[in-house]
Amino acid sequence: MSDTLLEARELHAYYGASHILHGVNFRVERGETIGLLGRNGMGKTTLIRSMLGLVSQRDGEVLVRGSLMTRAAPHLIARQGIAYVPEGRGIFPNLSVRENLVMAARAGVDGHYHWTYERILATFPRLAERLDNGGWQLSGGEQQMLTIGRALLTNPDLLLLDEATEGLAPLIRREIWKIIQHIQATGITTVIVDKNHSAILDISDRIVVLNKGQVAFEANSADARNQPGLLHRYLGV
Amino acid sequence: MQQIVSRLQLPLWLSLAVLAAFPLFELTFYTELLTKIMIMAIFAMSLDLLVGYTGLVSLGHAAFFGLAGYTLALIAPQYEAANLWLTLGVAILVSALAALVIGLFVLRTKGVYFIMVTLAFAQMFYFVFHDTDLGGGSDGLFLYFKPDAAIAGFKPFDLENTLHFYYFVLISLVVSYFLLCRILRSPFGHALVGIKTNEHRMQSLGYPVFYYKLASFAIGGSLAGFAGYLSACQYGFVNPEILSWHQSGSVLLMVILGGQGAFYGAAIGAFVFVLLQEFLSSLTKHWQLFMGVIIVLLVLYLPGGLRSIGPLLRASLLGKTANVKPPAGNDPPDIAQEESANDRSDSLH
Repeated sequence: MSDTLLEARELHAYYGASHILHGVNFRVERGETIGLLGRNGMGKTTLIRSMLGLVSQRDGEVLVRGSLMTRAAPHLIARQGIAYVPEGRGIFPNLSVRENLVMAARAGVDGHYHWTYERILATFPRLAERLDNGGWQLSGGEQQMLTIGRALLTNPDLLLLDEATEGLAPLIRREIWKIIQHIQATGITTVIVDKNHSAILDISDRIVVLNKGQVAFEANSADARNQPGLLHRYLGV
Repeated sequence: MQQIVSRLQLPLWLSLAVLAAFPLFELTFYTELLTKIMIMAIFAMSLDLLVGYTGLVSLGHAAFFGLAGYTLALIAPQYEAANLWLTLGVAILVSALAALVIGLFVLRTKGVYFIMVTLAFAQMFYFVFHDTDLGGGSDGLFLYFKPDAAIAGFKPFDLENTLHFYYFVLISLVVSYFLLCRILRSPFGHALVGIKTNEHRMQSLGYPVFYYKLASFAIGGSLAGFAGYLSACQYGFVNPEILSWHQSGSVLLMVILGGQGAFYGAAIGAFVFVLLQEFLSSLTKHWQLFMGVIIVLLVLYLPGGLRSIGPLLRASLLGKTANVKPPAGNDPPDIAQEESANDRSDSLH
């Protein structure tokens, strides 16, 4: 089995007439944590969605576990052990918390259930208290926990977190970051998109910075920390 | 969920009791009218599975309704009664197969394109029956005997009897309702609700969305076929109008009037639509004008449909804001918009 879980080669993506990604090369190795950075509108979400097959107009190649899956249906890519926590949360408001969770449960690619329903409730005690509530009745933080819990129930090898802490109160943010660290410690490979650059630098092994639909630079987090000039140039921090 | 079910149950059981007791008043005309309404309620609920729960706004649902009616008329022997169970099975099967095949094509499109291609398919069926001798052309076909319910010589009921037919349709309505509710409570039903909320999200969770939509389309088509079969039995004839786009439009209006996303809403819509139609057409030749005005007003002032009257009234009596569960709805506009940019290009492929 290849150790590269997900790879984009010369990936271009378009929304109608606008050309969003301009030949992006991006690689996720098993076990690492990658911070995907860039200002608004630089193509972070588009890169993730294109690799998952959710953007239909694209050129280039997407490889999942070493096999070419550029034209594969999104659900087949997801079934290769890739879970996506979309921007803006992504719960199903009309289903209860329990239903939201149960609908995602399946064995991982290795056939095992590392994350069971019980384990998720133990990890997110707040959700355990609200099992019969409708998704529409949850607070923002609870919704985010539900989305992450649901993604974990698919027993992924790779978790893509897009702006998981956006729009949340500082206390709740801290809780979500703790959860992300907890998940990371279980050995799941993660790609994190977030505006909190220092939190990302703390947590990730490597960062990739996108600028105008291209990879502006990538570096080990430790090295990036020593180059504040670069971060300032591309991220304005 | 449990709470919502129990709050609903009392009015539902009461309505059922009224429907069950109604024939005791011996008003034959109204008994027959109610039979017709209940058949339309089954038809509307079958469409609500698509519109209200899967997010598929079909303008060709009458195709399956009409197809089952024509199937009965075509396979029934001319001078004796057909076997109810056999013909019912075949009619539903034909509708299900048609929905499956049509679904394979139309489900590749989305939004307004979906509305147009479902309409186009239904019109194809309409003109096949209208312009060829297959089903008697524009005159249609007569069915001189209602199907015979006998099983191995034992006849549990006789559909020629108005009362028996009424109760057969009532039981069909109740069974259809509970069947649909059961489907919705299953993992399959949850997946449909998820697909309506956000298709991409379901794909990201590993769901083969297309096949779920196809299954939903086929179930909706089969149930519409069931209603079409009952309707053909009731009137004793079929003509191309039963699969025309007027029919598809009427049933869509019933779903919208009652409030999509709850099967009892679709049933309420069917009751109100048919009753209004009967009442207004007895007053004036230009009843459609008034019908249109009423529908526009209802949609404007009750966007949640007639089924939202109960919670709204309760809220205004208690002086609280209505705690209405959102209809099996879509994402807030910002997310929906971002993703619809893709959907638009998808639907052209």
